Amino acid sequence: MSTETVISVRDLWKVFGHKADRVPRSDELKALTRRELIERTGCTAAVREVSFDVAPGEVFVVMGLSGSGKSTLVRCLTRLVEPTAGQVVFEGEDILGAGKRRLRDLRRHKFSMVFQNFGLLPYRQVIDNVAYGLEIRGASKAERLRRAREVIDLVGLEGYEHSYPDQLSGGMQQRVGLARALAVDPDVLYFDEPFSALDPLIRRDMQNEVIRLHREVGKTMVFITHDLNEALRLGDRILIMRDGRQVQCGTGDELVGAPADDYVRDFVRDVPRASVLTLRWVMRQPRPDDVLDGPELGPEVVIRDAVRTVLAADRPVKVVRDGTLLGVVTAEEILTVVTDVEAVA
Amino acid sequence: MATTTVGLQRTWRRPGKPVLVAAVLLAWVLIWVPARGVHTLGLSPADLTPLHHWLNDVNDTVGANRDSSPFFLYFFNEIRAAVDSLVTFLQDLIAQPSYGRPVPVLGWLGVVAVVAYVSWVFAGWKPALLAAAGFVFFGLQGLWEESMDTLALTLGAVVISLLIGIPLGIWAGLSDRFHKLVTPVLDFMQTMPTFVYLAPLTLLFLIGPASATIATLIYAMPPAIRLTAHGIRSVPRSAVEASESLGATGRQKLTGVLLPLSKGTIVLGVNQTIMAALSMVTIAALIDAPGLGKTVIKALQTLDVGTAFNAGLAIVVMAVVLDRVTTAAGNRVRQTGRAARFRRPLLAVFGVVAAVCAYLSHTYYWAAEFPDDVTIGGTLAKSADSVALWAQQDLSTATEAIKNAITYALLNPLEALLVESPWWLVGAVAVLLAALLGTVRSVITTAACVALLIGTGLWQDSMTTLAMTIVATAMVMLLGVAVGVWMGRNRFADRIIRPVLDAGQTMPAFVYLVPFLALFSATRFTAIVAAVVFAAPVAIKIVADGVRAIPAATAESATAAGSSAWQMITKVQLPMARPSLTLAANQGLIYVLSMVVVGGLVGAGALGYDVVAGFSQGQLYGKGLAAGAAIVLLGIMLDRIARASSPSKGSN
Repeated sequence: MSTETVISVRDLWKVFGHKADRVPRSDELKALTRRELIERTGCTAAVREVSFDVAPGEVFVVMGLSGSGKSTLVRCLTRLVEPTAGQVVFEGEDILGAGKRRLRDLRRHKFSMVFQNFGLLPYRQVIDNVAYGLEIRGASKAERLRRAREVIDLVGLEGYEHSYPDQLSGGMQQRVGLARALAVDPDVLYFDEPFSALDPLIRRDMQNEVIRLHREVGKTMVFITHDLNEALRLGDRILIMRDGRQVQCGTGDELVGAPADDYVRDFVRDVPRASVLTLRWVMRQPRPDDVLDGPELGPEVVIRDAVRTVLAADRPVKVVRDGTLLGVVTAEEILTVVTDVEAVA
Repeated sequence: MATTTVGLQRTWRRPGKPVLVAAVLLAWVLIWVPARGVHTLGLSPADLTPLHHWLNDVNDTVGANRDSSPFFLYFFNEIRAAVDSLVTFLQDLIAQPSYGRPVPVLGWLGVVAVVAYVSWVFAGWKPALLAAAGFVFFGLQGLWEESMDTLALTLGAVVISLLIGIPLGIWAGLSDRFHKLVTPVLDFMQTMPTFVYLAPLTLLFLIGPASATIATLIYAMPPAIRLTAHGIRSVPRSAVEASESLGATGRQKLTGVLLPLSKGTIVLGVNQTIMAALSMVTIAALIDAPGLGKTVIKALQTLDVGTAFNAGLAIVVMAVVLDRVTTAAGNRVRQTGRAARFRRPLLAVFGVVAAVCAYLSHTYYWAAEFPDDVTIGGTLAKSADSVALWAQQDLSTATEAIKNAITYALLNPLEALLVESPWWLVGAVAVLLAALLGTVRSVITTAACVALLIGTGLWQDSMTTLAMTIVATAMVMLLGVAVGVWMGRNRFADRIIRPVLDAGQTMPAFVYLVPFLALFSATRFTAIVAAVVFAAPVAIKIVADGVRAIPAATAESATAAGSSAWQMITKVQLPMARPSLTLAANQGLIYVLSMVVVGGLVGAGALGYDVVAGFSQGQLYGKGLAAGAAIVLLGIMLDRIARASSPSKGSN
């Protein structure tokens, strides 16, 4: 298990308030809704019984509306917020048991974070902001400036080294935040709604930037967002949270194709299904009268990419994995999805 | 009358209470008529109560044991010696003949050059020019030595204040628990009139520069603590988290994030500390602090308006210079927050120039002693005298009319009501008002204050002071609402008036006495007018800010509904600015009280006089101490009653 997961979270709780630790220990209190809990104990449960694993190199997205506990969750993973109960195993080590010094070490070398409001130091130039993490862990000046220049190039900030944060646009400032997180060369990057404060166009640019960086440096990323489209674009897997609890965890097409409950279904209603769902979700079992010598496609092909092939063929397209026939797709299934009629179970 | 200010605020909320308050006041007057003159607890100026005798004895005992009790030997005397050596060092440096020389280490040229250089480095060339001009002006006034004494004491107190205050402020910024502990203490310290710090300190530290400096640093420290804590607390959460997430230690977080990002606010705290220190140093002349304050007080006591004016002007100039320089330095920090690197060569050149000037002033007499023959101080004093004379002779009809109108219409009736009422009647009215306006807590506080006031043996003097305070506060609120609403509604008026008010607020309290002494001569009315002028700026600004802060949408919708200007003011702006009005009344009261007491110097009598007399006459020492306590009690009581009617806590 520990070789395949970077982060493993088990039964994580964060409860704010007086004597918060009694909540996760009492089955009775655990079962209450948030509102009932506040009325009974005055405590607010921000994260309740969350468990998930993140694989190396994966982009893991946590999604939820404001107040769903997602920002608290990511802070629990780095212990910026102290979890109330549960386990956070990072590369085989339970970091909830780590001492102050060990925790600082982990933060300096193993993971870093990008914040919604950037968190830049206004009195420092871009290059010194980027080098801040290295400075904190005691790198020499030459070393940290060299590394900072490298990362500045990587995020496309060449020429702005000596600007001050307030001279940059929001998108540029977040590039600085990104560079600062990358500069310490961590194993995992945490993103706390990094692009929520940006304009839609710039947000799109920055998402592309993250995709590009992920391809280039291959870091494991945990990404918090309230934007479903952002989650679907970036996430290998997505965890949906509501009122502190996890509702569903899966790939984008799993969420859209098989929503766990009405909440998720409501959430994904407006997603352009053809660009998320794969053939696996629309294929049907071949019928006796089907002619089975049509073109073949894999089950993971996104519907949008299969439209042309299916419509051009005059017979059903076969969905095949490793030579095994899984099902067939015809123009009817494709058109149902493309015209957005809710027919998928 | 007693509820002019309070009544204004309550009219819009909790209907029914105004009627009750009016009923209480009416009942007071009705009982007063037959009960008048009994149980008034009067005490003639020379009489003492057992408490006063006892305090005198305490003073004597302390005096006798000062050099033997370990408490003094190893604690208070040590502090006094340390502060004294710092102040003496500064005085030797710039003010007093020292080290066997007939002149201080640095003469006028050196001081002017160093001050200008430092101002230039931290604040820019405009403040530097102003500073140089201001300091040369002290010399021209013939007040160089006095000014430097004042500066030395101020600097000494400020240095110690900051050394203690900034670390405490950092602590309060970091620790919620300490912040909760220290805030009420600071609130209390800031509500105390400057005056009352002095007496108890003389008991511990004798009179003289050391005591004066200690009183000053205690008075000047709260803003440093408060603003440092505030600065640290308002650093954006995200910057702190970012630093934590990168694994910063506590110290790295403090030096890398918290302090740099709160630098601007901390400099503002330094500015306020300096201004508070200057204000206190001048008043500390009452306990024998050397400098400009002493010159003013001596002149006030002999009613020498010209000399008082000259020295008062020097205090004003010093206040303006110190304020401008530190404000400009603060703005620079806030705006850039970055080190400017391009001025290195100039920095060195001007540094050398300043050093040369310093050397010259150390070595040559002409650069050490300010030349006598160019002094204009005498001329200034004479002109001020003749203006005062003209005012007293030719304006007397006008000034007398104003004075008499207010004295006979407001002051005398109110004073008669307060002073001639039996103590139990006034006490009952105060407690009832507290009950009507506030909570159980304010009732308890008020009752305790009344009881303790009786205990001080100075009940009647307290009532006289209270009458003056109420009249002055009523006038302050009248001014505050009128001018404040005007400023709040009219940007142009705001732009013109606000700088005047700002300048007024930086002035040390008792320079206000001088011009009104010229106009109204030595009476309690002088003290009242000075108090009104002293307290009005803060009240006006609070009201103006309150009116200005009303959301534009609210004002717009009222306009859209067809409100006239008068309807707008009475139905929208004043009701919505109600918390500001309460706050203005509260702050106005505190300012007025402190000034009315200082007015004891110019014939206002009552508690202020008791305190001053306590400093100068040994047998009245205990009475002065008790008067100081009475002032504090009055302050707490008024503060509680004024604050009680406001839902939010009124502190800024």
